[in-house]
Amino acid sequence: MEKLLEVKNLEVSFQTYGGEVQAVRGVSFHVNKGETLAIVGESGSGKSVTSQTIMRLIPMPPGKIKNGQILFNGEDLVKKTDKEMEQIRGKDIGMIFQDPMTSLNPTMKVGKQIMEVLIKHQNMSPAQAKERAIELLKLVGIPMPEKRVNQYPHEFSGGMRQRAMIAVALASNPKLLIADEPTTALDVTIQAQILELMKDLQKKMGTSIIFITHDLGVVANMADRVAVMYAGKIVEMGTVDEIFYDPRHPYTWGLLASMPSLDSDDKKELAAIPGSPPDLTNPPKGDAFAPRNPYAMRIDFEQEPPLFKISDTHYAATWLLHPDAPKVEPPEAVKKRLRKLSSNYDKPIIVKESE
Amino acid sequence: MLRYIGRRLLYMLLSLFLIITATFFLMRAAPGGPFSGEKKLPPEIEKNLNEFYGLDRPWYEQYFDYLTSIAQWDFGPSFKYKGQTVNDLINSGFPVSFFLGMEALLIAVGMGVLLGIIAALNHNKWQDYAAMIFAVLGISVPSFIMASLLQYVLAIKLGVFPVARWESFMHTILPAIALATGPTAFIARLTRSSMLEVLSNDYIRTAKAKGLSRMQITVRHAIRNALLPVVSYLGPLSAGVITGSFVIEKIFGIPGLGSHFVLSISNRDYTVIMGVTVFYSIILLAAILLVDIAYGLIDPRIKLAGGKKGE
Amino acid sequence: MQQIPKEMFQPASVDLSEAEKISKPSLSFWKDVSIRFRKNKLAMFGLVLLFILVFMAIFGPMMTPHDYRTNDLMNTNKPPSAEHWFGTDDLGRDIFARTWYGARISLFIGVAAALIDLFIGVLWGGIAAFRGGRTDEVMMRIADILWGVPYLLLVILLMVVLEQGLGTMILAMTITGWINMARIVRGQVLQLKNQEYVLAAQTLGASTSRIMFRHLIPNTMGPILVTMTLTIPSAIFTEAFLSYLGLGVPQPLASWGTMASDGVSALQYYPWRLFFPATMICLTIFAFNVVGDGLRDALDPRLRK
Repeated sequence: MEKLLEVKNLEVSFQTYGGEVQAVRGVSFHVNKGETLAIVGESGSGKSVTSQTIMRLIPMPPGKIKNGQILFNGEDLVKKTDKEMEQIRGKDIGMIFQDPMTSLNPTMKVGKQIMEVLIKHQNMSPAQAKERAIELLKLVGIPMPEKRVNQYPHEFSGGMRQRAMIAVALASNPKLLIADEPTTALDVTIQAQILELMKDLQKKMGTSIIFITHDLGVVANMADRVAVMYAGKIVEMGTVDEIFYDPRHPYTWGLLASMPSLDSDDKKELAAIPGSPPDLTNPPKGDAFAPRNPYAMRIDFEQEPPLFKISDTHYAATWLLHPDAPKVEPPEAVKKRLRKLSSNYDKPIIVKESE
Repeated sequence: MLRYIGRRLLYMLLSLFLIITATFFLMRAAPGGPFSGEKKLPPEIEKNLNEFYGLDRPWYEQYFDYLTSIAQWDFGPSFKYKGQTVNDLINSGFPVSFFLGMEALLIAVGMGVLLGIIAALNHNKWQDYAAMIFAVLGISVPSFIMASLLQYVLAIKLGVFPVARWESFMHTILPAIALATGPTAFIARLTRSSMLEVLSNDYIRTAKAKGLSRMQITVRHAIRNALLPVVSYLGPLSAGVITGSFVIEKIFGIPGLGSHFVLSISNRDYTVIMGVTVFYSIILLAAILLVDIAYGLIDPRIKLAGGKKGE
Repeated sequence: MQQIPKEMFQPASVDLSEAEKISKPSLSFWKDVSIRFRKNKLAMFGLVLLFILVFMAIFGPMMTPHDYRTNDLMNTNKPPSAEHWFGTDDLGRDIFARTWYGARISLFIGVAAALIDLFIGVLWGGIAAFRGGRTDEVMMRIADILWGVPYLLLVILLMVVLEQGLGTMILAMTITGWINMARIVRGQVLQLKNQEYVLAAQTLGASTSRIMFRHLIPNTMGPILVTMTLTIPSAIFTEAFLSYLGLGVPQPLASWGTMASDGVSALQYYPWRLFFPATMICLTIFAFNVVGDGLRDALDPRLRK
C-alpha cells in the first residue's frame, strides 16, 4: 500500500512559564492512502499537538518542532515556509475540530465560510463557489441547503455545524482529513450520525483520515489502524483487531478495561486507570506510565522500554514483552476478548533500542 | 427589531425625564438661583423669566410648563443676559462644537483602531509596547493639561498651528487632536484586547486550517469581530467628546456650545446651565440609541427582539 | 541485545495510591494571582509608585517648614530652589507643601468615591442577584434608567447648585457612579450562583452564609477589585476636570486639580506651577491603571497555567 503521510521521530515542545513542556516526544507513524488511522489517548497525551503539528497550526513560539520529519506525498512539511503551507492547508489536508460551536466564525454566513476555501484553492468565481457550497451542504446531509447557505452559524444546531465544518474541510477534495475529536462535543445520537457521514464520504472520495479521539468505542467502527499515545509517545500501534483482541501494553489494557460494553452481562465495575498523566515539563525516568502501572517492574523506573514488534503491523513499547519479564495476566475484561492472531511472530522482536 | 428600538426609546425617555426633573428641582433649590428671589433682577430679565417659568405660580405648574417647553424644543431664556435664550446659544454654538466633535471622533476611531490592530498583530513585540505606552500615557493625562501642552509646544513655541480661535480648517486641527487624545488611547487599548481575544478563538484556527493567508485571516475574520466592542463604545465616546469639548473650546477660544456652557458655569447663569444640560442629554441619549441600533445591524447574533445574544 | 540483570524484571512495589498524588504543588487561587501579578513588571512598577505617592501624601507636608496655605507676597512665582523645592505660586505659597497636601485631597476623593461605589454597588447588585425574580428586574431597571443619565453633566449640575466642597464632590461622583459596580457584582453573583461547585456545596448541606463567605465572596473579589482600582483614577480625573471648570475644592484648599488648572494659565512664564501637580496626576492615574490592568490579567483564569 502507498504511504500518503509518514511522520518520523517527531518532537514538539512548548516554552511556558514553568519551563519547557515536551508535548510530543519522538512519535513515528504513517497513514496509507484511503485508510483511517485512529490516535487514541487521554487528554494531554500529545495527540492533538501531533495532529496540529502536521498542519503546522501550532503557534510558534511558544511551540517548537525540535526534531523529526513529516513527509506528505514525499515532501517534508516541517521544512515548508508559511506561504507554502497555505497551499497545502485546506487543499491537500483538511481539518475538523472538536467544538463545532466555536470553530465557525459567528459573524460570517456559513456558505461564505465554505466558499472561501473554494475561491482560494479551486480558483472558482464567487458564483461558482456558491453553487458548489450548496452542493457540499447537500452532500454532508444538510436539508434545504439553498436556504442554509445564507444563514449564520448560530442558526445551526451543534450537529449541523459539525456537518458544515466537514463541508469546509472537504471542500477542495483533500487527500487527508484530520479529525480532532470531531464528535466529543456532540450528543451521542448525533455522534453516530457524524461518524456515519465521515465513513460514507471517505468511501465516496477516497480520503485518508487521521481520527483523534479519547474514546476507544468510536475507534472500533471507524479505524483501520490504531495508535495509542501516552505522555507524548506512541506506546502501542496496530490494526483494529490487534489492538482490540491482542493488546500488549498495560496502558492499552487499562483503556480497554475502562470501556463500557453492552455485551458484558456481569455487574462488575468498570476499571479506571488510577492517577493522571505525568507532568511533561520533567518527564519521568524510565517508562512514563510506570507510576500508574500495576504491572510495573523495577526496570520500568530505570530505563525506557524499547519498541517490540509483535507482527508486521503491531508494535508495543513495554518491558513486559522482554523475554526475561514474568508472564502476567491482563485484567479480566481484556482477557475475555483475547484471541490468537495468526499473523503474530513466534516471539516479539526488539526493533528499536531505548536510548 | 421595532420592539427592541421601542424598548430602548422608552428607557431613553425615562432617563431624559429623570435628568430634566433633576435639573428643574436642583435649580429651584439653588441659593441665588432664579427661583430663590433673593436677588433683585434687572426688570427685562425678570420679565423673560416670568414669561417662561411663571415665577409666581405654584411649582407643579412651573414644572409641567417646563416639560412642555422642552418638548417643544424651547430651552428658555438666559438668567444673566437680556434678550438671549438658550436656543440662541445652541444655534450659534452647536454647529461649531459638532464639527470639532466629528473631527475628533474620526481621528480617535481611525488612529485608535489602527494602533490597536498593529499592537495586537505584533503581540509582545516593540510595536505592541510602543502603542501601549502611548495608550497608557494618553489615558493618564487630563485633557486640559494635554491641550495646554500641545498648544504651548506646537502653536506658541513651534508655530506649526494657529494658537487659538476658529477661523480656518488649520484652526481646527490642534483642538481636534487635543480632544481626540484620550479617546484614541482608549480605543487603541480596547481594539488591542478585543483583537487579541478574537485571534485566540477557534475559528481563527479554522481559517488558518483552510489555508488562508495571515492578511486574509486578519481582514476577513479577525478585524470585523474585533471591532464590535469598538462600535458599542461609540456611545460613551460621544459623551467623552462632548464633555471634553468644554475644556478644549475654552483653551482654544472656540465659540462653540462648550465654551458657552463653561462661561455660564462661571457666571452662575442657572437657566443656561439647565437648558444646555438638557440639550446635551438629549443629544447623548440619541447618539447612544443610534449606536445600539447600528450594533444590532452589524452583529448577526443579536436578534433584536429581546436585545439578547441569540442562541 | 542489551544485557539487563534479571532482578530488574522483578515486579516493583508500585503504590498505586501514590499515583493519585498530584505531581505539581497546587497553588491557592490568591497565591497564584500574586505570583502572576509579581511577574508583571509594569504593574509592579505601578504598585511601587503608588506606595511612594501614598508615603509622600502622608509625610511630604512634614518634610518642609512651609505650610500649604501661608501666603508670602514677597516670594511669589519663585522657581524651584533650596528654600522652596518645587517653587512657589502666585501667592508665594510653597508648591512642595501644596503638592503633597493636594495628594491627600486628591487621593482621598478617589478612595472615598471608590469605597462608596463599592458599598452601594455590592449591596444593590448583591441583593438583586440573590433575590432574583421581580426584585432583580425592578432594581436593575432602576439602575438602567439612572445609567442613561449622562454622568459628567449630572456631576457638573450638582457642583453648580450645591455648596462647593469635598463632600459635595464625592456625593456628585457617587450618585450614579455605583451603578457600574452594582452591575458587575450582580453579573458575578448570578454567574457563580448557578455554578456547579456552589450547587455541590448546597447539596453537601453548606449553609447560605458559608456559601457566601467561602465561595461567592472570594470568587467575586477579582472583578470588584479591578473595578475599584480603575474607579480611583477616574475620580481623580473628574476632580481635575471639575477644578478646571472652576468647580473644584474652594481656596485655600489645594488639590492636584485646582493646582494644575491654576498652573495652566501660568504655563508660559512659570511652568513649574503646572509641572508638579500635572506630573503627580499623571503618575497616579498611570499607576492605578497599570495596577488595575495587571490585576485583571493576573485574575483571568484563562491565563492560569
